[in-house]
Amino acid sequence: MKIAVDVNGTRRDADVEPRTLLSDFIRHDCGLTGTHVGCEQGVCGACTVQLDGEPVRSCLLFAVQADGRSVRTVEGLADHGELHPLQRAFNETHALQCGFCTSGFLMTLEPAIRDAGDLDEDEIRAALAGNLCRCTGYVGIVEAVKLAARELRGEARGEEP
Amino acid sequence: MKPAPFDYVAPRTLDEALALLGEDAKPLAGGQSLVPLLNFRLARPSLVVDLNGVTGLDRIRREGGSLRIGALVRQRALERSRLVAEHWRVLRAAVSHVAHPAIRNRGTVGGSVAHADPAAELPCALAALDARFHVRSQRGSRVLSHGELFVGPLQTALEPDELLVEIEVPAVPPGARQGFAEHARTHGDFALACVAVAGDRIALGGVAPTPRVVSSLDEAHLDDPYRRALVAELLRRAA
Repeated sequence: MKIAVDVNGTRRDADVEPRTLLSDFIRHDCGLTGTHVGCEQGVCGACTVQLDGEPVRSCLLFAVQADGRSVRTVEGLADHGELHPLQRAFNETHALQCGFCTSGFLMTLEPAIRDAGDLDEDEIRAALAGNLCRCTGYVGIVEAVKLAARELRGEARGEEP
Repeated sequence: MKPAPFDYVAPRTLDEALALLGEDAKPLAGGQSLVPLLNFRLARPSLVVDLNGVTGLDRIRREGGSLRIGALVRQRALERSRLVAEHWRVLRAAVSHVAHPAIRNRGTVGGSVAHADPAAELPCALAALDARFHVRSQRGSRVLSHGELFVGPLQTALEPDELLVEIEVPAVPPGARQGFAEHARTHGDFALACVAVAGDRIALGGVAPTPRVVSSLDEAHLDDPYRRALVAELLRRAA
């Protein structure tokens, strides 16, 4: 089936089988390998992307369902080579080790801090509960969200409010 | 794994969708339960009927005193509905326990019901509320109670050509107690047990093949001591 999907602001035309998962369309047809495929059953969260701005599991959607809609992947997070504040915060707080889960975390958490702004620790942990990380123990990830949220609120970096 | 090949149709109207359903066709709503089954090839329909483009199935509205939830209403929309939060608090409390936000963005209320997992939160809460399930096919329409709809684990009374189209939730008298509590091994997982309370009705999930409605814990006849203690504690928290 012929589809046209807006991926990170670029229109992508493709001819896909109905059974092609959105995750495979992104990786194989678009060549955007920042989206990782872990469990292919919606449990691990590694493949999370944004569909019309909302985080979704790209392994639980068919590419044909994204026809005419807009998809944002981790490659669409940086602005002309300038890392998103959440990406910089992940770097600074050592919120990743192997990095396999990272793009899923970023695409899940970016709307959470965009929409809610100031999240307490419990809210942050609830927001990231659908994404699995086997390396970090999540402490660095929680710190990264706090740091990025502070920066997005315009507060000085590296200082407690 | 990847799904086996299937034909795909995305109808625009309910009548078109009903004409396509049948023995070897599967309706696709949010896909949060069906697509894993397809990925593992535990389900191999020859036709997938994508309901996401069907108009008119995604509304939450009030009719008379009742709440009407279209089968395609996203779990996230139910969670964000002011009407639900104000008058059907048990439903609002239950939906926040369903998986995670990224799943609730796609998952539908109708899908949770039609999938009929015995430990799922929404069937439990809807059973407590004595909801009515409106079903359509080309042959006609019928309305089922939770006792009629839920037959066993992952089994409903829906025929292959039938579609759940709307859920009708009666009004809860103002001041009646409403609450929901569950115990799951990890945040967002299916419940080991869950309890929904609406007025005098108590619904138990995860303890039987289908949601059970009782008026007291004694009536539930839970023989296993751990399960009895767990459900008693959940009931204390929910009520």
